[in-house]
Amino acid sequence: MRTVGVILAIVAAVVLQTTLGRYIARATVAVDLVLVVVVAVALTCGPVTGLLTGTAAGLAQDALSSGVLGIGGLAKTLVGFLVGIVGSQFIVAQPFSRFVVFLAATALHAAVFIGLYVMLDLRQFGTSYAAVGGQAVGNAVVGVVVFQLGEFLPGVVERRRSQRARIRR
Amino acid sequence: MAILDLRQRAGYLFIAVMLGHVLLISAQVNARTGVPILEAFTFGLFAEIQRVVSRGSSSVSEIWTGYIGLRRVNAENEHLRQQLAVALIDLQQQRALADQSRGLARLLELHDQPALKTTAAAIIADAAAPDFRTVTIDKGDADGVRPDMAVIAPAGVVGRVAVASGRAAKVQLLIDRNAAAGAIVGRSRAQGVVVGGGADERLSMEYVSETADIVVGDAVMTSGIDAIYPKGFVIGTVEAVDKNGPSYRRIVVRPAVDFHALEDVLIVLTPAARQAEGSRE
Repeated sequence: MRTVGVILAIVAAVVLQTTLGRYIARATVAVDLVLVVVVAVALTCGPVTGLLTGTAAGLAQDALSSGVLGIGGLAKTLVGFLVGIVGSQFIVAQPFSRFVVFLAATALHAAVFIGLYVMLDLRQFGTSYAAVGGQAVGNAVVGVVVFQLGEFLPGVVERRRSQRARIRR
Repeated sequence: MAILDLRQRAGYLFIAVMLGHVLLISAQVNARTGVPILEAFTFGLFAEIQRVVSRGSSSVSEIWTGYIGLRRVNAENEHLRQQLAVALIDLQQQRALADQSRGLARLLELHDQPALKTTAAAIIADAAAPDFRTVTIDKGDADGVRPDMAVIAPAGVVGRVAVASGRAAKVQLLIDRNAAAGAIVGRSRAQGVVVGGGADERLSMEYVSETADIVVGDAVMTSGIDAIYPKGFVIGTVEAVDKNGPSYRRIVVRPAVDFHALEDVLIVLTPAARQAEGSRE
């Protein structure tokens, strides 16, 4: 069940990224929804699910971009694994701590992704620190909102159900 | 003990997956002859999902913009926009023809330029990663679209076809960091190469001669030397010129196309090389 959920989340993120790309990737303010999903899954489910989610999501993103297949996969696998370890070793339940994790994960992803491309001399990046910073903040904000909604919505549904049950009685 | 075992297994799995990635990257870096099969397959599969999502979102958008209060105004606006698009394309072709005939007349060798064969396509998706500037269009191999065909819009040059699958194609935008086009300044005929600027969405004109005359506001057009883009199509306008003595240090070109507002494009089905051959015959 969890596997199906993760696959659906990756597909939804890729579809949303490609559909809303022009609105969420403007100049220095960009959001990588696929990375947000990888970090969220890694924080919730641990390092093994995190690294597998990173691999699948990264490869899908690579295949849809004009880049080398595997570079995004490698970067997201590393991020998924390390965030999973952080999530299992420390209590990352407060919005601020999650914000910091998303921020650090985006910076690490950018360093590995851009670093590999530059090291292999495959692509030039005009990405400045401001652009990476903008993306990190964007991902962190979206990530924290997704987490808060994920925790808030089931509670609301549960409260409504119990209210209805009380009325029926 | 169980936790230690799980951690060890996770570690082994991590190493195995990372090694797999390294092998995958190495295989492509050593032999980048064509499009990897996995890329073509995944792209084709996702293009279908993107087509359905795009159709759904555009239907909702059409209902909203076309029927809620603005029914007649929107239809009229759409009609005028189409007329303008046709006129702009025509203007660009006429400008290209005029430029070419002026040059050829100088050599007393007047030839006709073959008409461009184009097909219209709608953009159904954007890039999957923010670091790449690509879009997916709803025309592919089945419609005669092939890699390295030029993609244009009424305002100017959009990019080139990077990958074509059965019913969709990936277009690398001119603002992508790895994109380039042969360019010529309309006023002074100075030549150079326009390259994408990546995140800042500006183009930069490089390999320009020291003796070239370029000023802010000059129109930059395709030169046709790259065998991808037809000659004479608008790329943009010179926005800034940074000189270091006689040599140009930096020439910034503002693209004519608003890449965020793109919805429909035209694919030039006649390769530029064939156009050149046609005009030589």
